[in-house]
Amino acid sequence: MHGGFRVKFGVVVFPGTWSDRDCGWVIDQVVGAQLQYLWHKDADLKGCDCVILPGGFAYGDYLRTGAIARFAPVMQEIGEFADRGGLVWGICNGFQILCEAGLLPGALIRNVSLEYRCEWTHLSVERADLPFTSECTEREVIRVPISHGEGSYFAEPAVLSRLEQNGQVVFRYCDAEGRVVAGANPNGSLHNIAGIINNRGNVLGMMPHPERCAEPELGGADGLKLFKSVAGSALRVLVS
Amino acid sequence: MVDSRRLREVALTPEEYRVIVEKLRRPPNPLELGMLGVLWSEHCSYKTSKTLLRRLPSSGDAVLQGPGENAGAVEIGQGWAAVFKIESHNHPSAIEPYQGAATGVGGIIRDVIAMGARPIALLDSLRFGPLPASRHHFDGVVAGIGGYGNCIGIPTVGGEVYFDECYAQNPLVNAMCVGLVRVDRLMRARAEGTGNSLLLVGADTGRDGIHGASFASVELDETSAERRPAVQVGNPFLEKCLLEACMDLAHTDAVVAVQDLGAAGLTSSVAECAGRVAGAGARIDVSLVPRRERGMSPYDVMLSESQERMLVVVQRGREAEVERIFQNWDLTSAVIGDVTDDGHLTVFNRTELVARLPIDLLTDGAPPRRLVGIAPEPPPALRLDSLPPLVNAAQSLLRLLASPNLCSRRPIFRRYDHMVGDSTLIAPGGDAAMLRLKGTRLGLAMTTDCNARYCHLDPNLGAQHAVAEAARNIVATGARPVAVTDCLNLANPDRPEVYWELEETIAGLALACRALEVPIVSGNVSLYNETFPARGQGDQPRSGRPDGEVPLAIHPTPVVGMVGVIDDYAQRLEAGLKKEGDFVLLVGSSHNDLGGSEYLKVEHGTVAGRPPALDLTREAAVNRLIMAAAKAGLLRSAHDCAEGGMLVALAECCLIGGMGVRCPAIRPEGTLRLDAAFFGETPGRFIVSAASRAMPELQTLARRHHVEISLLGMAGGETVEFEGQFRLSLSEMRQAWEGGLIN
Repeated sequence: MHGGFRVKFGVVVFPGTWSDRDCGWVIDQVVGAQLQYLWHKDADLKGCDCVILPGGFAYGDYLRTGAIARFAPVMQEIGEFADRGGLVWGICNGFQILCEAGLLPGALIRNVSLEYRCEWTHLSVERADLPFTSECTEREVIRVPISHGEGSYFAEPAVLSRLEQNGQVVFRYCDAEGRVVAGANPNGSLHNIAGIINNRGNVLGMMPHPERCAEPELGGADGLKLFKSVAGSALRVLVS
Repeated sequence: MVDSRRLREVALTPEEYRVIVEKLRRPPNPLELGMLGVLWSEHCSYKTSKTLLRRLPSSGDAVLQGPGENAGAVEIGQGWAAVFKIESHNHPSAIEPYQGAATGVGGIIRDVIAMGARPIALLDSLRFGPLPASRHHFDGVVAGIGGYGNCIGIPTVGGEVYFDECYAQNPLVNAMCVGLVRVDRLMRARAEGTGNSLLLVGADTGRDGIHGASFASVELDETSAERRPAVQVGNPFLEKCLLEACMDLAHTDAVVAVQDLGAAGLTSSVAECAGRVAGAGARIDVSLVPRRERGMSPYDVMLSESQERMLVVVQRGREAEVERIFQNWDLTSAVIGDVTDDGHLTVFNRTELVARLPIDLLTDGAPPRRLVGIAPEPPPALRLDSLPPLVNAAQSLLRLLASPNLCSRRPIFRRYDHMVGDSTLIAPGGDAAMLRLKGTRLGLAMTTDCNARYCHLDPNLGAQHAVAEAARNIVATGARPVAVTDCLNLANPDRPEVYWELEETIAGLALACRALEVPIVSGNVSLYNETFPARGQGDQPRSGRPDGEVPLAIHPTPVVGMVGVIDDYAQRLEAGLKKEGDFVLLVGSSHNDLGGSEYLKVEHGTVAGRPPALDLTREAAVNRLIMAAAKAGLLRSAHDCAEGGMLVALAECCLIGGMGVRCPAIRPEGTLRLDAAFFGETPGRFIVSAASRAMPELQTLARRHHVEISLLGMAGGETVEFEGQFRLSLSEMRQAWEGGLIN
């Protein structure tokens, strides 16, 4: 490490968030980075280098996923942080919240099966040049579990083609061989989209849960690459 | 004297009313009568079962808390305690499957929270009538379990589901929750300290669920749908906040106790909390209870079963400190009364005294019901010599794999978040689930089991089998069985044959738990699971039971929830075959055990005979062998043989592992039949796989434990083959196995 510097991850906790502790575990115990929980009522990001919006059912998600959470005091700060180029990473419910908040385009709608799905998926990494994916290689297939009832990515045709043209699709559901096929799509997402990045390249939203696969005993450790990417990237930004 | 209609409303008998008047030396007022009615209901008082339940073993070296608290607790190593309990929510789920199941999950989670533990896992034992007729129950219950568990963020890691006609109108929903707490932080819900405050937190109190406990204590009938208001509505988000706030209570020492509000609401919660401390009482003012609606009477408030509420006993003068913790989670809290030393529950509505009852009368006053058990006619015997021999093992295997009772449960568990918490080492779909204890090498295995068909054929032996199978499932992961929570689901014990089933069930559980050294530390009894199907929906309600009408009663279903521990989870085992070329072995020996088997039901359309004989000493020996072999690193996989016998177990090892097996033909020796060798359900057997280099040591170990171990074949390929007998491709088997619940 550079002079003992450790990247500081912020993990946002809304009432109803449940992946906060899992993200915290990986950051603190597996990656060995600095961990700061950020309470939804706080309007202060406490100097974090990367802010994670974790999975869960923020405020119960009874109205529509992420619809209430976007109004939380902490979200104002996160919007400004993103505008300044800070790294924001929405996972599952966090992705839904980022879409509701307008930080990412499109929406996550009910799974085409109309059922909740918790299972392993394969993801094709479409962009390996991002701060979130620098430890991956392009077209690499990683294995990451999903757990959601409303994870079907939807966007207007114009938005979708813009995403594709700009190369903003970061992860696509694929089979074990990396083929992006309908049978590998667990929720009916358009273009098999599992994760997208904003135009500037600093706000990532993804439905799968990398924090659930950062240690081999949990069935796979591919998710660790994403955390390590962020740790390394944020470090490069800071020491450059 | 009150009229009999009023007594029936509160589910009390005239005799019980007489006892109340005698003890009080006055007639109870209507509120008092309602409070006594719910606490004296079978659901709360266990008046039918409590003398029998004392026969269950509940002590052992590891036991920190036995029955009588919100949940049981055992020490599992390195200063950690596992807290767990199983509870039924059968009647509500029959009427309103989604909310019935959801609130069942919510209730059992609060029981674990009350012990100071963080809930880490949920399991659900389910019974339905056959599909597709019972699809509405099945879909609603599965969605309700997922709806609650997924939202609150506790993984649903295991359970079981079976289908049988006897559950068509009485589905069973038994939810188990497992939590973790440091041994020195284990809490007990005891209302200690006169003058300490009673803080009610969580949801506002509404009119939902009034008389739910009484409702659960009678048979379902055509008027049951009118009881829908007695089913509560769950709010998992609120409970998530309640859970986190209760975890935050660990930061203060101002909290004396935490008690869940479940069946019988505030009445039961306050009475039980005070009842655990000799001489303690409580004084509450219902006007201080935050309400959801206007115009609620003291009766409504005291009997409401609104969900997501907890009672917290707080040191006097430190209420604000504790209330701040709940405020942080935007939760309502209110001081509603205090602890006294007068042994009474005294209820005020502002300044007006509205009820005053001795605590012990509420919690322990219900006269035990002394019923008589009479053994019914024994089930039809199984004449093996008249059973046609096995014709086509491959086709039988495919039909068994597709049987709703045996097929893959993936369509269910993929609807449950089983991974949140980053601890799930063994996911659903195998034998027991296993979770790690973060920061240690310890693994906690957990399972629920009961073959109710066995219990129907022989309740005593069937109950023993439930314990033995749960232990085998724990052992199949390499873990050591530690303790049990049980949920006894039966029909109406007023019928002598049902009371006999209850007696036999408890005797069987006690015997097996003693033999396998697994104390029962918590549990629940659900009676009256029967209906009168002949009464059509539109019929006028009839009072009493028409002569000669036979109720549709469930099989005795004593669900055994068991936890086990492995010291180093790196040594854990899963069911699926792991490596091509490994030896695949059968541990234990097979007999002609076709009685009550799934094979008999699926292939011959009968339920007959006796369940397999069970030698508990032998079970223990086989279990010790598997645990020792796992610890020595000799095994690559292990799976217990249960319903469907050796061949179904072997097929599961292949399907889960994604790898075939090639075996020489099975040529049974002596009197053993081929159908029994393949599909018989002899207990005490496992399918294991091992590397060839581990074989000598494994055989030595087996000899030392006096357990038979025989080679079945070699792992590898894409088929299951018994040379010269049959060959099936994995894909064909998978199609049958994965399609069993989709119809």
